[in-house]
Amino acid sequence: MNFWPGSATKRGWSERRPSVEALSHLLVLAEHAHGRLKPVTLAAAGFAAQVCARAGGTFDFLVLGEGVGAVAEALRTYGAARVLVADHPALREPLADKHAHLLAQAVGACGVTMVVAAASTYSKDVLPRAAALLDAGMLSEVVAVQADGGGFTFQRLMFAGNVLGTATLEGPVRFLTVRPAAFAAPASAPGLAVVEMLAVEAVTLPNYLTFQAREEKVSARPDATEARVVVAGGRALKTSQEFEQLVGGLADALGAAVGASRAVVDAGLVPNSLQIGQTGKAVAPELYVALGISGAIQHLAGMKDSRVIVAINRDPEAPIFEVADYGLIADIHQAVPELVDKLRRR
Amino acid sequence: MKILVAAKRVPDPDTRIRVRSDGAGIATEGVRFALNPFDAIALEAAIRLKEQGGASEIVVVGIDAETGVETLRAGLAMGADRAVLVREVAPLDPFAVAKLLAAVCRREQPQLILMGKQAIDDDCNQTGQMLAARLGIGQATFVSRLDLGPDQSTARCGRETDSGTETVTVTLPAVVTVDLRLNEPRYVTALGILRAKKKPIQEVTPAELGVDPTPRTRLLHLAPAPRRKAGVRVQSVDELLARLRDEARVV
Ligand SMILES: Cc1cc2nc3c(=O)[nH]c(=O)nc-3n(C[C@H](O)[C@H](O)[C@H](O)COP(=O)(O)OP(=O)(O)OC[C@H]3O[C@@H](n4cnc5c(N)ncnc54)[C@H](O)[C@@H]3O)c2cc1C
Ligand SMILES: Nc1ncnc2c1ncn2[C@@H]1O[C@H](COP(=O)(O)O)[C@@H](O)[C@H]1O
Repeated sequence: MNFWPGSATKRGWSERRPSVEALSHLLVLAEHAHGRLKPVTLAAAGFAAQVCARAGGTFDFLVLGEGVGAVAEALRTYGAARVLVADHPALREPLADKHAHLLAQAVGACGVTMVVAAASTYSKDVLPRAAALLDAGMLSEVVAVQADGGGFTFQRLMFAGNVLGTATLEGPVRFLTVRPAAFAAPASAPGLAVVEMLAVEAVTLPNYLTFQAREEKVSARPDATEARVVVAGGRALKTSQEFEQLVGGLADALGAAVGASRAVVDAGLVPNSLQIGQTGKAVAPELYVALGISGAIQHLAGMKDSRVIVAINRDPEAPIFEVADYGLIADIHQAVPELVDKLRRR
Repeated sequence: MKILVAAKRVPDPDTRIRVRSDGAGIATEGVRFALNPFDAIALEAAIRLKEQGGASEIVVVGIDAETGVETLRAGLAMGADRAVLVREVAPLDPFAVAKLLAAVCRREQPQLILMGKQAIDDDCNQTGQMLAARLGIGQATFVSRLDLGPDQSTARCGRETDSGTETVTVTLPAVVTVDLRLNEPRYVTALGILRAKKKPIQEVTPAELGVDPTPRTRLLHLAPAPRRKAGVRVQSVDELLARLRDEARVV
């Protein structure tokens, strides 16, 4: 199901004949961790491919980091013209000062007209900084794009997902992040993109930031932004053991990722990186299961584009039932173990 | 050390947002406005640094029409020392706001600029990063832990990223954008409100700052976001499972 007006084929790109000067040259900033490409990058590439297919133009990837050969290689089959790579020890950590500097440099050097990345904490840190270095503007979390004569209009959500805004973006270069769930990965293309190494002169890089440490919760479960199924828990969960047992237990039975409302993150039951919502992650899996979550507007902002929503809550008046496809009025302490048990026995 | 805190006036997060029938904006009748929740956290962080002796002065800065005064007063009542209102009635975007804030920063020369990671009306999450770039200084975004270095030449920041918490040190002056978990902002007291009445609010215009505030982005139209319809209530776990399997085909 494509929830967003205009992101599907409904809106008439094809009726418009792009002028030559409208030809786009997009740069997709790739994201990776532990030497592996993050799949959300492909949503940004999907956006780029959509723009190119309908308004004309080509797109390149840019990979910044250290030891990113495998990431660059993995990006060659998605229809990009080139994969630009800056591989250097100084880029090992995703520090905004250095990464934005190199991104801006690549944009300047290659005549890029549009820079796009999947909305994430990395791209939100780097893209606006690079945009300002180039005197450019930016739109965040775009969910749809239309060709409008020689230009473009973009749609994005505002006010905790309550309002869909249509906006234009002018200036020398357009910067945007896209909601991963709104754009599908491009079909793999026949040819292979050319890999081009960019020279990095470490001494010329800005040096405002020093990396100290990273506390990463290693989990066998997938990331909520990439999972087919997400099981999320709310204030009904009282301890981290209970959260792990009920939310984690159901997630494992479904091969799902876990997520949480702000209430449980604030209570310290789970790390911040699990928060779903306006100020956390936006997800749109095939199936979203909300356990003991009331459905505040700020939470809905991060999950209401899921294909199927299940809510289990003991309060029949909980607003989560207004968006749920299947609502079960029950105590999670009874319903969830039964559900896990029956899923396991199938 | 002087700290500058950006303060944006936004609809209170608990008010229901409705789009005007002409799609030109949101309906503001009956909407309560407040200091952006993230900016309240930024201001609280500044006040705590001052209380601990780490800061000498806190300046709150808003870019808004006349209405911005009310928000700045709230910031003064919380504990800021003085305020600057850049008066502009035309629509702005983070690009324009960053330009205006940069001009104010050049005048004020703060050592630390604290702002929200995002304004809860436009949900852009851009302004701090753009400001840092325009000033040619460092940035730490999504900050949930903040400690000044011993000689106040650096700040040690814990950042909330998609994959976990990252710690960086940033050379000052710098822009720090704050996340929800940094602190719990204090309530405004009656005494605070009384004191705020005597604190100065200076007004400037973009022209006086020598800034052209033309935005790069233009909102053409607003519409209510597509809404989901409520589905069915299932009576049992068995019914839920059956429907997920046979109807929705997701398990
Ligand atoms: C600026 C701002 C940003 C925010 N950003 C976010 C965000 O990104 N994400 C987010 O989630 N929130 C966010 N919030 C908070 C949001 O407004 C809500 O407070 C929060 O989502 C509530 O979490 P909850 O549903 O878990 O808790 P509650 O609202 O307390 O709901 C708990 C639910 O559990 C049910 N329940 C309790 N016990 C049981 C049981 N045993 N069995 C079954 N059901 C049970 C109750 O009936 C209730 O419906 C934000 C708020 C603000 C002001
Ligand atoms: N008009 C404004 N006046 C003052 N501060 C602002 C304004 N717009 C944005 N900011 C600051 O920039 C932060 C991020 O906003 P945004 O990039 O719009 O999400 C906010 O939390 C504020 O601290």
